[in-house]
Amino acid sequence: MPDTVSAAEASASGFLDGDYDDAAGYYTPGTPLVDTKAPEGPIAERWQNRKFEARLVNPSNRRKLSIIIVGTGLAGASAAATLGEAGYNVKSFCYQDSPRRAHSIAAQGGINAAKNYKEDGDSVHRLFYDTVKGGDYRSRESNVYRLAEVSTNIIDQCVAQGVPFAREYGGLLDNRSFGGVQVSRTFYARGQTGQQLLIGAYQALERQVSAGTVTTYTRHEMMELITVDGKARGIIARDMVTGAVETHLADVVVLASGGYGNVFYLSTNAMGCNVTAAWRAHRKGAYMANPCYTQIHPTCIPVSGSHQSKLTLMSESLRNDGRIWVPKNQADCDKDPRDIPEEDRDYYLERIYPSFGNLVPRDIASRAAKNVCDEGRGVGPEVDGVRRGVYLDFSAAIERLGKKGITEKYDNLFDMYERITGENPFEVPMRIYPAVHYVMGGLWVDYDLQSTIPGLFVTGEANFSDHGANRLGASALMQGLADGYFVLPHTIRDYLADGPFEEITEDHPAVVEARESVKGRIDHFLSVNGTRSVDSYHRELGNIMWEYCGMERTETGLKKAIDLIRSLKDDFYRNVKVLGSAETLNQSLEKAGRVADFFELGELMCIDALNRRESCGGHFRGESQTEDGEALRHDDEYAYVAAWEWAGEDSIPVLHKEDLVYTAIEMKQRSYK
Amino acid sequence: MNLTLKIWRQPDASSAGAMQTYQLSDVSPDMSFLEMLDVLNEQLNDKGEDPVAFDHDCREGICGSCGLMINGDAHGPEVTTTCQLHMRSFSDGETITIEPWRADAFPVIKDLVVDRSAFDRIIQQGGYISVNTGSAPEAHSVPVPRDDALRAFNVATCIGCGACVAACPNGSASLFMGAKITHLGELPQGQPERDSRVVNMVAQHDHEGFGGCTNIGACTAACPKEIPLDVISQLNKDLRTAIRHGH
Repeated sequence: MPDTVSAAEASASGFLDGDYDDAAGYYTPGTPLVDTKAPEGPIAERWQNRKFEARLVNPSNRRKLSIIIVGTGLAGASAAATLGEAGYNVKSFCYQDSPRRAHSIAAQGGINAAKNYKEDGDSVHRLFYDTVKGGDYRSRESNVYRLAEVSTNIIDQCVAQGVPFAREYGGLLDNRSFGGVQVSRTFYARGQTGQQLLIGAYQALERQVSAGTVTTYTRHEMMELITVDGKARGIIARDMVTGAVETHLADVVVLASGGYGNVFYLSTNAMGCNVTAAWRAHRKGAYMANPCYTQIHPTCIPVSGSHQSKLTLMSESLRNDGRIWVPKNQADCDKDPRDIPEEDRDYYLERIYPSFGNLVPRDIASRAAKNVCDEGRGVGPEVDGVRRGVYLDFSAAIERLGKKGITEKYDNLFDMYERITGENPFEVPMRIYPAVHYVMGGLWVDYDLQSTIPGLFVTGEANFSDHGANRLGASALMQGLADGYFVLPHTIRDYLADGPFEEITEDHPAVVEARESVKGRIDHFLSVNGTRSVDSYHRELGNIMWEYCGMERTETGLKKAIDLIRSLKDDFYRNVKVLGSAETLNQSLEKAGRVADFFELGELMCIDALNRRESCGGHFRGESQTEDGEALRHDDEYAYVAAWEWAGEDSIPVLHKEDLVYTAIEMKQRSYK
Repeated sequence: MNLTLKIWRQPDASSAGAMQTYQLSDVSPDMSFLEMLDVLNEQLNDKGEDPVAFDHDCREGICGSCGLMINGDAHGPEVTTTCQLHMRSFSDGETITIEPWRADAFPVIKDLVVDRSAFDRIIQQGGYISVNTGSAPEAHSVPVPRDDALRAFNVATCIGCGACVAACPNGSASLFMGAKITHLGELPQGQPERDSRVVNMVAQHDHEGFGGCTNIGACTAACPKEIPLDVISQLNKDLRTAIRHGH
């Protein structure tokens, strides 16, 4: 409470004496979450111990056990491949036409691993330390340590699969550094690392399809989770080609369904990324943790107009060589940047954060860009009266490395930029602006990656556990593959060791209920026959989220957003226009179901943001900043995971808090100055 | 810009399709081609007409979902994916013809959406390196010459969009297969399965109903990732070697 912050901090942050709870009335307090199943003992031994203690399943029993995995990105495909190899019966689902198209494929920069190949002081402990610090001490210590620990195995695995990482002339693997860290530990395949890692996992998955252990269901969307006696036992999926509503039963369900950044409409996510799988599970009892933790990525191509359907990220690795600046004088903002002399340029990151310079973490780089644009020193076209862009200038690097050197290092990124903007970045500095990129919130899981619903496991971006309030560059790919290849296969066997499980049939009341609720939703959307398209609602919701729950949030703004979302949602259910029928490929119908879930999620994100009256990582609360405008955390009050329980259609959510305890690392206020 | 769009409409796989004409105005040159179709679909939806179905997802040129024949060219007039094609490549008043990928092995599902699952089945026949999770040796234990790694990377960039097949008069998937065979064949890890890989993948290719390669080169010209034609020579060479080895 207020006596834990200094007087100066209190006045800067606008804190007043006495109790305050910005979110009072928007939620019901619940019991604390105590058991995370994190093993005791020295942190370096915890994962080894857990693996040893996890019970085994005899190979001949494995083929009698069935696993449903939703999503085929890095987390889902790697899990399906590994569990298939182990001999379980795996059913793999994706909404795309092929598992190879999951959005992990678009990740550009690289994947971290504590290999210390550069002998520059890296270690498992340092990767752990950097990741916890980068996450602003809002991630779980045990999980992050395990992530750092298995990171080295990931590289071995991928290399053996034929992932063509960049190499040095001697034939050994090359590394580069990434935003937020001072060692070179990032492995990369030019600007297409995610693609190469995903293709590796996809190929491993297809190998198991051929071996008969994995069955793939493409163009299928999970519409509902089936729970029987409190345990996850299957899913209702819609075949997106025929419209058939199918029942798939299994002994255990894994959600590897990615993030929900598309709640903002404009984001770097693929158009089809959605929250439905996770949200349907949330409504069935899985807690949703830290939903307001959104990562805003600093290096995206700025918005060019109102037709825009998505934003494109430029790899953060560009910050290694590009220098970020805006004109010192507002009057220069519409000039050709090449005509602005050196002394009239403000290299603001290098100025404010001299030791990290252009490599400060993402949240700091993003907010600094927003600040200079809000000051009126942004560049590029005016959208709604503000120029929202800053220069990412490669002229010095081009001089140093040559055009060829740059092309070798950054490959398609320069072409991609030119294709989208029509400007050649070898001639004119690139323009960048922050955009929604990744969500650190997700379904709550314990150390075993199991949700609050027994038998429902959640991996990759769909869970909340490893990144905290922010995410270091090149750590999302690491988490996806760590979960899928090396963590889940061990923890899930402990659950499966309870098998054989009671047989469930399609006419079980819980199954029938799940199927009927899906059909009811579909029928509703097709019968409204209103006047507005699904997309128009999605855009409006996205604007509300970006404006009030984006880079900077305030109590007033968030409360306003909740009201706006509630009335827009109400209008959506009464006035949406979805044409066509249910028994065919119907892209508007698919979107309607997803947008409906985004409304509920969006409201919860605002409530979560309202509750967290502190600034940390990608989450900046206007009411909580230092005198010089930096993010101010309040560890004594908010060092907890906010895990939200769905309380029913007409009830406010229940907040369960899981205290974050650090034993191997000291909590510090971050400083990159 | 004002445009006349001629678009292939087909309600489902078993129905007959036909070209339909639409007028679209106020198209900005900064729109991507798919954003232009979004605008058309909003208008169709407002009028109560079924929007045009098309495949797309990342809209960043990397997932390989999108793919349209635009004025007879796979992905249109530029060497890129359809999602990265922008309307500045067209001119005001132009008539644009939009069709789905043309190939027997890619049957139409609806409108501009085709079924490319044959590609997955080809990969299932050996487009991988067999290594179980957790059994991999230390990554530095097998050095790979930088040029080999580069070559492997360059061909591994194939996104599986199917433009090569759509552009080929024979409907051959040789460029797609050649890219994978070359990627894995360039690396020391890919050697043990090299012979069986090519034999099994080619057998599946033919089984799926893709045509034979007659070295026309339309595939590489249409490839958004510029996969070179010599991967097909590599494919043929590997196939001959495998046969000589008795496969």
